Amino acid sequence: MNILIMGCGRVGARLAAMLDENGHKVTILDTDTYSFRRLPASFSGTALFGNGIDEESLIKAGIETADVFVAVTQGDNRNVMACQIAKYIFNVPRAVCRIYDPLREEMYSALGLETLSPTKIIGELLKEQIEGKK
Amino acid sequence: MYIIIVGGGRLGYYLMKALIEEGHEVLVLEKDARVCKTITDELGSVCFRGDGCEASTLAEVGTGRADMFVAVTGDDEDNLVSCQVAKHKHNVPRTIARLRNPKNAALFKKLGVDVTVNSTDIIIEAIEHEVPTHPVTQLLSLDEKGLIIVDVKIPARSTLVGKMVKDLPLPAESKLALIIPSKGSAHVPVAHTILQPGDQIIAITPSQHGDALEKLLRST
Repeated sequence: MNILIMGCGRVGARLAAMLDENGHKVTILDTDTYSFRRLPASFSGTALFGNGIDEESLIKAGIETADVFVAVTQGDNRNVMACQIAKYIFNVPRAVCRIYDPLREEMYSALGLETLSPTKIIGELLKEQIEGKK
Repeated sequence: MYIIIVGGGRLGYYLMKALIEEGHEVLVLEKDARVCKTITDELGSVCFRGDGCEASTLAEVGTGRADMFVAVTGDDEDNLVSCQVAKHKHNVPRTIARLRNPKNAALFKKLGVDVTVNSTDIIIEAIEHEVPTHPVTQLLSLDEKGLIIVDVKIPARSTLVGKMVKDLPLPAESKLALIIPSKGSAHVPVAHTILQPGDQIIAITPSQHGDALEKLLRST
């Protein structure tokens, strides 16, 4: 699969490395080239300087042929906007969006975006860890 | 009207002052406590400290009864999200977003923002209007009808000088609405009106014929 990841933070870089290892064609975007240090030396995909809410950068990164778009920058709103561009302007089959704010996550999930809220997930996991699984 | 403004920067501040003067009920949402305090000290309790993208903040300030929601922060993504939350969570009838990147206009419309305003385009238009070498200015675009209103100055050596309006090969659905001659008062052109050098013409045309109309009116 052609996978385009926006945001080369810890999560973005790790996801890129794992998908790359599994044989997918990965392109990762970040507005700071220094972030690309997080990618392992073995990474065979493409790391590109660019802004994921800018259509020209997205085209350069090959969004028109992407099967999956993943938005994992630090900004909830940036992720939401980028995913909506991917989904509604470029018709990418799947656009996955990280949204820290659980309320915003619920709303965009109801509006049809594929969303994940780390806040909800980690909170739940920690609670289980502490209380023990039932 | 109850109008909520997101972003208490310079734009939000002056917009709020203007709207209050017009007698509207206005509330500004601003994340920065210091900015919020400055506004409150000067204008009273018209600023609420909070994130305009959060549904809970919007609920707290009664967004459900707002007639209009205007997002004028410096970031397009924040303006988009706050307008979407206002629209989808609180059913605000009219949402307006400021754009930094003019290219986002189509996306915002598609995603349910009713009106977008971008200073870049407005400033460019104003400058073009002042530059004499640029004789065609787009004054207004009526997006829903797909029409634009343009302002064209007929060059002195134009091939159209001396011709009657009825003889002009205007693009389909294009109309000359008003002629402002270099001397004398403005008049509405009729079929037998003869074009004079230096006439300023206000014309209306479908946006796809804008270039053709410009070419015709400027032909020399």
